[in-house]
Amino acid sequence: MDFNEWVLSLITFLPLVVAALVIALPDEPSQKLIALVGSFVPLGLIIWVLTNYDYSGKGSAVDKDGLQYAVNQSWIPLIKARYHIGIEGIGLPLLALSCLIIPLCIVYSWNHFPEPHNPKAFLALMLILETGMNGTFISQDLILFFVFFELVLLPMYFMIGVWGGPNRQYASLKFFLYTMFGSAFMLLGFLALYFKAGNTFQIHELMANANSMISPSTQRWIFAGLFLGFAIKVPMFPFHTWLPDAHTEAPTQGSVILAAVLLKLGTYGFIKIAIPILPEGAKSWSPVIGALAAVGIIYGALGCLAQTDFKRLIAFSSVAHMGYVMLGISTLTSFGINAAIFGMVAHGFITGMLFFCAGSIKERFHTLEIKRLGGLLKQMPKLGWVLGFASMASLGLPGLAGFWGEFPAILSAYEPHPSLSQSLFRVFMVVAAVGTVFAAGYLLWMYQRTAFGEPKAEWDGHHFDDVHTEEWAAWVPMLLAIVVLGLFPYLLFKITDVPVQSLVEHLNKALGS
Amino acid sequence: MSGGLFGAMTGVLGTSFSAPHLDYHALAPEIVLTAVALIVLLVDLFLDESRKFLVNTIAGLGIAATAIPLVTLGLAGDTRSMFNGAYVVDDFSLVLKGVFLIAGYLTLLMASNYLQEGDYHQGEFAFLIVCSLLGMVVMASSRDLITIFVALETLSLPAYLLAGWQKRTSKSNEASVKYYLLGVVASAVMLYGMSLVYGITGETVLTRVSDKLATVQDGKGLAAVGIFLVIVGFAFKVSAVPFHQWAPDTYEGAPTPVTAFLSVASKAAGFVALMELVFVGFFPRSDVWTPIFWVLAALTMTVGNVLALRQTNIVRMLAYSSIAQAGFILVPFAVAGERSSSALSAQQSVVTYLVIYTLMNLGAFTLVIAVARRTRSGEISSYDGLFHYSPALAVAMTVFLFALAGIPPMGGWYAKFSVFKTALEAGGRWSVALAVVAAANAVIGATYYLKVMRSMWMNPAPAAGDKKIDVPSSLKLAIALCAVAVMAIGVLPGLVTRFAEIAHLAQ
Repeated sequence: MDFNEWVLSLITFLPLVVAALVIALPDEPSQKLIALVGSFVPLGLIIWVLTNYDYSGKGSAVDKDGLQYAVNQSWIPLIKARYHIGIEGIGLPLLALSCLIIPLCIVYSWNHFPEPHNPKAFLALMLILETGMNGTFISQDLILFFVFFELVLLPMYFMIGVWGGPNRQYASLKFFLYTMFGSAFMLLGFLALYFKAGNTFQIHELMANANSMISPSTQRWIFAGLFLGFAIKVPMFPFHTWLPDAHTEAPTQGSVILAAVLLKLGTYGFIKIAIPILPEGAKSWSPVIGALAAVGIIYGALGCLAQTDFKRLIAFSSVAHMGYVMLGISTLTSFGINAAIFGMVAHGFITGMLFFCAGSIKERFHTLEIKRLGGLLKQMPKLGWVLGFASMASLGLPGLAGFWGEFPAILSAYEPHPSLSQSLFRVFMVVAAVGTVFAAGYLLWMYQRTAFGEPKAEWDGHHFDDVHTEEWAAWVPMLLAIVVLGLFPYLLFKITDVPVQSLVEHLNKALGS
Repeated sequence: MSGGLFGAMTGVLGTSFSAPHLDYHALAPEIVLTAVALIVLLVDLFLDESRKFLVNTIAGLGIAATAIPLVTLGLAGDTRSMFNGAYVVDDFSLVLKGVFLIAGYLTLLMASNYLQEGDYHQGEFAFLIVCSLLGMVVMASSRDLITIFVALETLSLPAYLLAGWQKRTSKSNEASVKYYLLGVVASAVMLYGMSLVYGITGETVLTRVSDKLATVQDGKGLAAVGIFLVIVGFAFKVSAVPFHQWAPDTYEGAPTPVTAFLSVASKAAGFVALMELVFVGFFPRSDVWTPIFWVLAALTMTVGNVLALRQTNIVRMLAYSSIAQAGFILVPFAVAGERSSSALSAQQSVVTYLVIYTLMNLGAFTLVIAVARRTRSGEISSYDGLFHYSPALAVAMTVFLFALAGIPPMGGWYAKFSVFKTALEAGGRWSVALAVVAAANAVIGATYYLKVMRSMWMNPAPAAGDKKIDVPSSLKLAIALCAVAVMAIGVLPGLVTRFAEIAHLAQ
């Protein structure tokens, strides 16, 4: 057996096996141990993949679809759905992100299991979640993609609903129904593609055929279905209303995973599926996506300013950040899409980090009301500095990862794809640039209120432990990643650029320019 | 000896009579089932009360034995037609017979302790289940108006009795009487419709009915009325809206294993009959049945779901959910006439849906029985905190409810998927509209399944009695079988499509 053919399947399904082991084991220490060890194996495997990956995209390891480590096996013969997996530069960073975040969350959980405790179920759900996320990023078949995309829904629903805050039932229901609503129409879109473009669910075959076989007006309809599925997941304004509730109520680990990886399933869907398969549809919808992204940037920022809850504020900042990502995507240029992928990864680390901070603050103060916090730097200087660092990264400080997601995305709107209206996108650019000012505003204000000044009187006489060992263990890799990606953005751009270039070439050919 | 008898008859009547050809191999499942029914009844007479549970075991083994000729017939692989085409044993009938047998076997499994502890009449119960099963098995082979009617009555009459099995509870009595009265009315309406169809075509065998309907010019309108009435009659049987009113009361009042049997096996039999009628007999008149099914499907999905939202009793909720699920199964019928490939695709998705629905719905009902053993209640609130004191049961229920909601990787997603596929494959304006209605309904449906989920996982367990529920082994077996099957199908839908692909009717 060739290890190259197994590695992606192992990365995807090993967590599921580990989850089963966790459920089978009787006592808590061994459950935690096996979960930890088990979650580090996919991380090791993805590091192996990253070191052996052919970044030029031209070598013998790359198949004709531009995929590496690909497997293509029969799965559901009746509908010609295949177990077709593989990885290229668009999915690879996200897959690596997902493989890193889960072990970090498990490390963080070590002594921080949220109420009602039950580590066995909590760990198993996180691992099942990893299977769903990893599978989504390697699927090259729409039905396979759909199954993994939906598989993510269940563990997150339970994580929010069982381990969440006081309003968890409402939040989990809203999360579930919103997402399911979107994916029902996404599935109809997939089926329409199947019947209109040569009875196949293979993404690469559809890319080759769909644009010539489907009329532009039909493409717009099908794109609308896919848009609904992906835009809710992102979430884009005005479909974002589930996100603040889900984030606020979710346990820390749930919030981190949600922000770091889950939201990216939507944006990834746009880059990987909706836009390449339906270039004409994408062309017609791009102004709408760009406009919604711009509105989302401003709306998210204003939402942040209005929040009194720390976690809810970060949730709204997610809406704004995903707006930059979507703006980059909507330009349909290699510059914009590269920036978008960078933005996804950066947002994963930075916002994940912010949610970790929020979780640790909540654990110590049992509240996240900004009014009651203050003087964090005096109470817990290390935590205060970490929070400050993450806030700076989040507002897009040059030299940290956030900058490379935001700045090029704004710039890319200066010159969108030639088939799009330049003046319109320049308006979006200005709006997005104004948004960065807002972002600096709400983040600095938030930091001021929580970290500066004197601690509030109600905490007099309380002693707070500063950052614990397991917190450091979970955070240091993320903090490092934020710095390294900020200083050496090329590390990520060299992975994404090759497939993004070929994607844009494909778009240019399809749109005849 | 028979020669002599026939000879004498020929002499008397002056006409020749040839005995119909009987293919005993093809009839073996029906013969075995009949024998099982009789053995069950006989054995029951000679067993004393403490050993009555053996009756169930015998019936279960008998049903398993019935599967043997199904397998041999499947291996032989040829189509066997009897009685001038009125009775056909082909892949379609074999697959559906298999589904019915599985449903019957699971029903007996879940009923065994229920009956024993409730002091019901076990022997007769098993007998009636097997009889009803016989009707279903016959239904799968019927290709003739009269055979269909006989099969329907054979499967319905025992069901009327079973619904009223708890004879000292008024709800059970109400269940039985309602079911009986409306069932009889439905049969009458259907029979009247059949008589009109026969009047116009002069045929009862479906293939020839089809030929005549395609060519006959006189009485086209009357034939349409006949088709309409037959479909309405079966709409009662499959509890399609607006002919569903009996279902929630009957389902709630009947003993839970019977409810499971009615909502799965009996409903599936109704759909099998509809398939035979629509895809063979009435196929040329798609102009008549397409709009009927469109309206039935849209209404059934929507009304079933909306009413299910309000239920607080889990059996009633599952009753309305099964109405909504029936709506999904009606969708392929509504689009089957659109283009030449649609009929085949529609049959595949109906069979796929029936197989998956059987497993997931029976699984859910088995769970209800298991939980009710302790809580003695059918209220959804009695599931509070189930995850915290009986996690295995909660996980199994989660599997079944998410399957019913159509969330991958539980099997139900493929059922819904294949319905969507059929509708979009047809591709017309109305078909796509129906697919959109179905997609919206899939989301509404999830809402009430999540209500149970919330109660099980998120609500705290009641202070009294949060010890693990003790589940008898027969229930455990039923739950495990259904759960494994539902998960396996969800991950590898090919397990079902393999059968769905061959299970179509010859037109």
